[in-house]
Amino acid sequence: MSNEFIKLFELIISASLINNFVFTRFLGLCIFFGVSKKMETAVGMSITFTSVMMISAAISWVVFTKVLVPLEITFLEIIVFIGVIAGLVQASDTIMKKISPGLYYKLGIYLALISTNCIILAVPLINAGEKYTFIQSLAFGLGSGLGFALALIIMASIREKLELAEVPVPFRGLPMAFVVTGLIALAFTGFSGLITL
Amino acid sequence: MSSNSTSLKELFLNGIIKENTIFKLALSLCPSIAVTNNLKNGIFMGLAVLFVQTMVNITISLMRKAIQPKVRLPIFMLVISGWVTITQMMMAAFVPDVYAKVGLYIALIVAFASILARAEMFASKNSIMPSMADGLGMGVGFLFALTAISFFRELVGKGTLTLPTGLATQHVFTFVNTKPLLIMVLPAGGFLAVGILMAAFNWLDTKYLKKGAHASH
Repeated sequence: MSNEFIKLFELIISASLINNFVFTRFLGLCIFFGVSKKMETAVGMSITFTSVMMISAAISWVVFTKVLVPLEITFLEIIVFIGVIAGLVQASDTIMKKISPGLYYKLGIYLALISTNCIILAVPLINAGEKYTFIQSLAFGLGSGLGFALALIIMASIREKLELAEVPVPFRGLPMAFVVTGLIALAFTGFSGLITL
Repeated sequence: MSSNSTSLKELFLNGIIKENTIFKLALSLCPSIAVTNNLKNGIFMGLAVLFVQTMVNITISLMRKAIQPKVRLPIFMLVISGWVTITQMMMAAFVPDVYAKVGLYIALIVAFASILARAEMFASKNSIMPSMADGLGMGVGFLFALTAISFFRELVGKGTLTLPTGLATQHVFTFVNTKPLLIMVLPAGGFLAVGILMAAFNWLDTKYLKKGAHASH
């Protein structure tokens, strides 16, 4: 039992630090560069993101193992997962608007952005590919969400400072953000080999 | 957005230079870094996107009168994921060695903002020929960007260039036997390479293209 618990912990650490989605798998870059300009938006995005990620990991796991595998139509996984995610995002949008307008006012715009994000789709696809169990899928979703949050917050705090720095004209804006990300990614390479799964 | 006045050629060129997906709009960045440490992978990824973008544009344009505006986004997503599934299966069948490396990123073409954006902004409002030209232009622009990035990274990082000579064959040109700047083929180097190329693109733009009347940004 405790052995299993350690396995889950390892899964979370590896998904968030070693195989960090942004720095080693290069996913979700559009959102990463889009919302990392300000700390406040970065934090809002991280919260929305991690929760949607876990819920969608759970629902897609159920759909995949209970519907797609028994019917032997796993080749339809992309269409089904994108459908599940789009539906989920739409539903949480409506529910949030009804139950908590204050929260909706703060996080609503991020919700709309999420459905075109590749990480959200990558998590169910990787879960299905690696044949994770239900709990493992949840742990993987949580780890990936935390990793993305970490990346966003690091980047936002650097970019707020970067506003004041003097950058050569052709590098202003995105090119500089890319170079900075490259340097952070280099630091993250140091995490590889932290845990061998 | 009126397409009557602009010729097909202009539509085609628009996607390659003025609205280049990666260097100008900074959309669909994930594969531009993930698969570009090898020229061959970069080229095949670019071809896959070119195919999906063109076919999606044609399909949406054909269906544009039948689509209810209220449910258009789910329908676009369905069309896109259908074409992506087809591409994924074709690549798995014909180029299995490339597919083994870039498979996940092929599946994620579904979530490309650029493809959805072209369907929404262009193909759903225009007839087939302009939509096709627009899709081809966007796709070729993407292919060009991926080729440029992977050319740069493989040459500087490994001193070699891997060119596909057929579906299953390839030829590796070796220029230097040492590994000049290994960091460029590592994950972190991808970000640096894109940053540097983007800056170069900006610089060329301000130096040579800005002399015309238009001013982008």
